[in-house]
Amino acid sequence: MKSLKKLIISALTVILVMSAFTYYGCSTKKGSTGPIVGDDAPSKVYVPPGKYDEFYGFFSGGFSGQLAVYGLPTGRLFRVIPVFSQDPEKGYGYSEESKPMLMTSQGFIPWDDAHHPELSMTNGTPDGRWIFINGNNTPRVARIDLKTFRTAEIIEIPNSAGNHSSPFTSENSEYVVAGTRFSVPVGNKDVSIDSYKENFKGVVSFIKVDPSSGKMNIAFQLMTPPYDYDLSHAGKGPSHDWFFFSCYNSEQSNSLMEVNASQKDKDFIMAVNWKKAEEFLAQGKAKDMASTYYHNTYDEGTHTATSEILTSTKILDPKDCPGMIYYMPCPKSPHGVDVDPSGEYIVGGGKLSTVIPVFSFSKMLKAIEEKQIDGEMDGIPVLKYEAVIGGEVQKPGLGPLHTEFDGKGYAYTSMFVSSEVVKWKLGTWEVVDRAPSYYSVGHIMIPGGDSKTPWGKYLFVLNKITKDRFLPTGPELPQSCQLYDISGDKMQLLLDFPTIGEPHYAQAIPADLIMKNSQKTFKLDDNKNAYVTRNEKEARVERKGNEVHVYGTMIRSHFTPDNIEGIKLGDEVYFHLTNLEQDWDIPHGFAVFGNENSELLIMPGETQTIKWIPKNVGVIPFYCTDFCSALHQEMQGYIRVHPKDANVQLTFSTGSKPN
Amino acid sequence: MLMIAAFFLPTWDISLEAPQYPEGLGMQIWLNKITGDLGTINGLNHYIGMKKIEPDSIKELTIMPFILGFLILAGIIVGALGKKKLLTLWVILFVLLGIAGGVDFYMWEYDYGHDLDPTAAIIIPGMSYQPPLIGSEQLLNFVAHSYPAEGGIILIAAGIISLLALGYEATFNKTKTKKEYEKKDVKHSFISSFIHHGLVHHKP
Repeated sequence: MKSLKKLIISALTVILVMSAFTYYGCSTKKGSTGPIVGDDAPSKVYVPPGKYDEFYGFFSGGFSGQLAVYGLPTGRLFRVIPVFSQDPEKGYGYSEESKPMLMTSQGFIPWDDAHHPELSMTNGTPDGRWIFINGNNTPRVARIDLKTFRTAEIIEIPNSAGNHSSPFTSENSEYVVAGTRFSVPVGNKDVSIDSYKENFKGVVSFIKVDPSSGKMNIAFQLMTPPYDYDLSHAGKGPSHDWFFFSCYNSEQSNSLMEVNASQKDKDFIMAVNWKKAEEFLAQGKAKDMASTYYHNTYDEGTHTATSEILTSTKILDPKDCPGMIYYMPCPKSPHGVDVDPSGEYIVGGGKLSTVIPVFSFSKMLKAIEEKQIDGEMDGIPVLKYEAVIGGEVQKPGLGPLHTEFDGKGYAYTSMFVSSEVVKWKLGTWEVVDRAPSYYSVGHIMIPGGDSKTPWGKYLFVLNKITKDRFLPTGPELPQSCQLYDISGDKMQLLLDFPTIGEPHYAQAIPADLIMKNSQKTFKLDDNKNAYVTRNEKEARVERKGNEVHVYGTMIRSHFTPDNIEGIKLGDEVYFHLTNLEQDWDIPHGFAVFGNENSELLIMPGETQTIKWIPKNVGVIPFYCTDFCSALHQEMQGYIRVHPKDANVQLTFSTGSKPN
Repeated sequence: MLMIAAFFLPTWDISLEAPQYPEGLGMQIWLNKITGDLGTINGLNHYIGMKKIEPDSIKELTIMPFILGFLILAGIIVGALGKKKLLTLWVILFVLLGIAGGVDFYMWEYDYGHDLDPTAAIIIPGMSYQPPLIGSEQLLNFVAHSYPAEGGIILIAAGIISLLALGYEATFNKTKTKKEYEKKDVKHSFISSFIHHGLVHHKP
C-alpha cells in the first residue's frame, strides 16, 4: 500500500492539489478552504459539557500499533489502547505482567502496524463485547475486551507474512480471518526469490473464537496460490457460510511490484465456503504442519499475561477440497471487498479500475452450479466474470478503495486518487452524490457499515494526507478523519479531526451497547496476582540471592514501605505494587529515578511489577506519577543502595513504625 | 411482626456528596453490619485524622439484633396475652430503647467526628466532622446527609403506631371494660400497623 501510495502521490498529487487550490482558492493563514459547511454543522457535532457522545469510535492506530477510542460525533479522543506496541504511559509491554503479550516466535516484538479493527458480532450486528485488530508486520491478531478496554489476547499467525486481510469476522464471530499480504516460501525455506511461482504460497488462516470467553485458536489454514491477500469480509444472511478475500498480484511478481503486479486487467476475489472447510477438516483432509507460534492471554484475575507456545497447524489444500474455494475475476488490483447488509452484493474496490464491480452472490452460486468456469489456479476454479457480476458502477472516480453501506439502499466508496467519496445506489448502480476528502481518503466508516444493521447517520472518512487542514507541526503531520452527515440526500461535511498514527479502518457502535458494561475497578478481594499485597500489614521486602522483591502497597497518599535500605549494586529489584484503592478513577503511578524502564500505572485493586537495576550507590527516590490526591506530591519514598560488597540487612518502613 | 423486616433492611443511611463523586458515596448502617463505600470513606477520612470505621469493633452491631429480637418476641407475647398494662410497659420500653439507640448513635458520631488524630494531614482549627443525626451538613468538600433507611423508618413508624395504639386504647377503654374486647383491640392495632404499611391488603 505504501509503495503504491508513493507512486500515485508523486504522479498525481501535483495535479490534484493544484486543481484543488485553483478550484477553491488558497489561503494558508485562514486555513484551507473547502466547501463551506452548513450553518447547522456546529450544533450537529456539539455535545455539551458533561453529556455523552452518541457512538464509541474505534480507529486503528496504524503504525503506532495501537487502537484509539474516540467519542463520535465530537471526535474527542478518550483512550489509546495499547495493543501491539509498548506503551510507557501505561507500563504496557514494560511491566513484568504485560511483557508476555508481545512475545512471538521471533522474540519480544515491541511494535507492530495495526490496521483493521473489527467488532465482534451476534447475528451480523456488532454486539460490543470485543474488538479484534490485526498486526500487519509480524502477523498477529489481538482481541480487546470492551469491559476493560484492554488487550485480552494476542495470537500469532504462523506461515504468514504481512497479516493484512484481517481480522474480519463472520456473522456470529464464529471465525476471525487472517490472510497474508505477502506470499512466502512457507516453512522458512532458503530459496531464490526468483523461484516465487514454484516455492511461494499465500496462507489464509481461520481463527475460531469461543462464543462465551472469546478465546481464539487457529482452527485451520488454507494453502492458496502466491497472490497478495489484501482485504476480506464475511458473507451475511444468504452468504453466511462464505468469506470473501480480495487478491492482487495475480501476476505473481516478486519485484518492482507497482508495475509488475499491475499488468493484468483482472485479479481476483477469492470466495471461501468455511462450512465446507469445516466438513473437510472433520473428514480428516487437513495435514498437520509443524509451525511455531505464540498465543498470549491476559488473565483479569491474576492481572498477568502468559504465553503458550504452539507447534502445529492444520492445513487444508484446495486440491483436496473441491467446492471449498472459487476465484471471481475482479478489475484491477482490488483492495476492499465489502458485502452489503443483505448479503447479496459483494463490492470489489479495484484500485486501478475505472468501474466499481459488484458481484452477485446468487449469481455466484448459479455459476458454480452451472460450472461457468474459466480455467483454474492450483485446483481453484475461476468463475466467469460475466456469470458472477451483478453490476458495475460506471465512472465513479479514480482509485476506488473501500465501500461501506448505510442500510438504506446506498453504498459509499472511497476514491483515493480523486480524493472523494461517491454515494451510489445498490441495484441501479447510479452515482447519486459525491463529496471531496481532504486529502486522499483510504478507508471510510459508517457505524455498523460493514454489518447487517448499519446505523447510517454519519460517514467517517479516513484521510492519508492533511497538508493545510490543521495548524502545521513541522514536516510530520497528523492523518485525519472527516465526518459527513449522511442522514439526508446529500453528504454534508461537519467536522475534521486529527487521528493518532494512520487510521486504516475504524468501527463505531452506539454508546449504550458498551458503556453499561464498562468496568470501574478491579476487586482487591479477587486479585490472584502471584505477588499481591492485600494490605499494608503484608507489605515487605524479601531477598532471593541478588533478586530483591518489594511487596508494596499504594493508597492515597503513601507507599508501604516507603523507606527501603539494604539494596546492593548488582541486585535486581522487582517492585510488586498493589493499588489498595477500591474507588473509581483512582489509579496510582510508580516511577524510580534512572530506571531503564517505564513507569507503572496501576488501577484500583490491581497488582503490577516493574524491574529496576540500580546503577549507583546512593539514595534513590521514587514517587507516584498520577495526581491521585491533594497530597499526591507527598506520595514518594527512598531506596538506599549500598556498594556491592556491603554487609547490610534489608530494612523497610513506613512512617515511624519500622517493620 | 412488622419489625422483623428491620432485620433485612438497613436502619440508617449516611450519604456524602462532593464534586469528585458524581456517582455518590455512602454507607448503610444495618442492625448487625455496615455496608457501602466504607473502604473509600475510611481512605478519605484518614486525611482529617478520623478513626477507621471498623464494623467488627462496634459492639452495638452485635447487641442490636438481640435487643430488637427481644422487643419483637416480647411484643408478640404481650399481644397474645392482651394485658393492657403489659402493653403499656412494652411500648415504654420500646420508646426508651429507641431513644437510647438514637443517643448511642449520636455519641458514636460525636466520637468519630471529634476524636481526631493530632498528626493528621489536614487540621482546621475548630473544625469537627460529626455527621448530623438527622439532616444534612457541609463538612469540608463533602455534604453529609444522614437519614433513617427503610429499616429505621419501619422501626420509627412501629414506635409511633404503638404510641398511637396506646393512646387509642386509653380513650377506647373509658367506654368498654370487657377484657375480651381489649384483647381483640390490641390484636387489631397490630393488624392495623400491617395495613398501614400496605403489607397486608385490607378488604372490609
